[in-house]
Amino acid sequence: MSALALTVSDTLVLARRNLKRIPRQPDLLIAYTVQPVMFVLLFVYVFGGAIQTPGFDYVDFLMPGIICQSIAFGGFVTALGLSEDVQKGLIDRFRSLPMSRAAVLTGRTFSDIVLNCLSLVVLFTVGFIAGFNFQDATVGEIALGIFLLLLLGYAFSWIFALVGLYSSSPETANAIGFTLIFPLTFASSMFVPADSMPDGLRQFAEANPFTTITDALRSLWLDTPPHSDIWMAFVWCIALIAIFAPLAVARYRRVSAR
Amino acid sequence: MTKCELAVSVWPTEPWTRDGFDSVRSMQDDAIVVEGLEKSYGSVRALAGVDFAVRTGSVLGLLGPNGAGKTTVVRILATLLKPDAGTARVAGLDAVRDAARLRARIGLAGQYAAVDENLTGFENLEMVGRLYHMGRAEARQRADELLDRFELTDAAKRPAKTYSGGMRRRLDLAAALVVRPPVLFLDEPTTGLDPRSRLGMWETIERRAAAGTTVLLTTQYLDEADRLADRIVVIDHGAVIAEGTSDELKDRVGGERLEVTLADISQSGIAVEALAAITAGEPPICPENVLSMPMRRDRGGIAEAVRRLDDADVDIEDIAIRRPTLDDVFIALTGRSAEQEEETETREEVAA
Repeated sequence: MSALALTVSDTLVLARRNLKRIPRQPDLLIAYTVQPVMFVLLFVYVFGGAIQTPGFDYVDFLMPGIICQSIAFGGFVTALGLSEDVQKGLIDRFRSLPMSRAAVLTGRTFSDIVLNCLSLVVLFTVGFIAGFNFQDATVGEIALGIFLLLLLGYAFSWIFALVGLYSSSPETANAIGFTLIFPLTFASSMFVPADSMPDGLRQFAEANPFTTITDALRSLWLDTPPHSDIWMAFVWCIALIAIFAPLAVARYRRVSAR
Repeated sequence: MTKCELAVSVWPTEPWTRDGFDSVRSMQDDAIVVEGLEKSYGSVRALAGVDFAVRTGSVLGLLGPNGAGKTTVVRILATLLKPDAGTARVAGLDAVRDAARLRARIGLAGQYAAVDENLTGFENLEMVGRLYHMGRAEARQRADELLDRFELTDAAKRPAKTYSGGMRRRLDLAAALVVRPPVLFLDEPTTGLDPRSRLGMWETIERRAAAGTTVLLTTQYLDEADRLADRIVVIDHGAVIAEGTSDELKDRVGGERLEVTLADISQSGIAVEALAAITAGEPPICPENVLSMPMRRDRGGIAEAVRRLDDADVDIEDIAIRRPTLDDVFIALTGRSAEQEEETETREEVAA
């Protein structure tokens, strides 16, 4: 077998391992199904009435943002899983095996794609029930939006892979993910229009890639004029992958238990 | 069983004494050759030039307290860590330059019992087999074989998180043996196990060694090295401080000792006086109610000691000949007990 074929084979073996654990860990299953549903319901029915989104129903404005946030954090399971593997010494076992050096990480990020597809099904279902509708969107535009989301999810899997490898425990990974990265999603146009924010924060939100990507989704699905071009959203995702994937692989080569 | 009794009871024969071990050493004979190994973590010097060799098919015990550098040695040999200086050859391959090829020839198991808790025993072994690039059918067959040999067949379909500590270690060791590696690294294989699981693990390791696998095991348990290892390398503060068979190391502390437990502590002076004439070395000492002195059989041994104590009207509770344990060796070499060191470190960690 060639090196590439071996990498693919190792990736699939480990992706299978990651997916097998999902139904066996009820807390993870809940994270992937119940949590996004709760977020949609909270925002639509609790905050929705108070947030002004001129020209839109709030649910239409919200869904691209909340799907974007859920998919970005879909890869968080990679941070948890890797930090656990480091803590428990499984990383040592993998590194002592004659397997591809990248497979532990590509296996993780690949299984995240599968999980994100599951999340998308749940999110769209609850979104449609809450009243979300595509507006003037062709099948091609809807599909391109979904592809953009999966690309975003893949980029964040690599970011979270790096977080997981630098964390000494799942608790640390949790702290980094939810105190450093999670707030960034709110300082964007995901949940409220950036125009409504005070100076300083507004400029930050407009430069935030989450805004770029959410606005691109709204442009594709709701036929709104995007603040920046749709292609910038793809550039952001590819740039994040290009930066964080090599960093994570480099870290994996040096990481050790304890 | 106390450590002392165990050390004696498992020491009936010496099948591993090899003539000229050191003089006819060659690359082919040694599965592991370590020369001048150095490694620092920041300002902490973990290894300060370690040399040793492990003969093919033998068991080497790497003995030392916590923080002595044992795990660092294993991590370098298992290709997980690059040394700052020095070379390590395992199964004829350089642990740094030939790391990729070497990984197919080694097995690693350790104190962490690195198994995936969410996978079943079978799934764990199948996964490792697949990662050694076995075909699916072969990996499954091998998993079944190993589960059977490690008495885990009944638990094969249960997630590993339901396993006891001993079962996890067995699964961990089974995972290290999936490809029948010629060299096996065991990092503190029994740390934290209950006595029964520990004994079971020892028997398993002994069977592997008997089957011709070269084993390097690290331990801070002296009785473990005593029982399993053909040769022992004692390391402390990142350097080898002694090397030899268990017997050779024990001879360095002066062979057997007579120990007399006195019924009445006030008679210690009389007892010391009564036995001073038959000591094989330094005079008897009696810090508490246990008198201890070097002893040689040709001086009449235990019978002569009993007669002298009786003549002096000393009441004795117990009298025994005690072979030195590796703990005695450690104390003689470093001036402190291996266990003491561990306690000190724990306290430092708490303080930090």
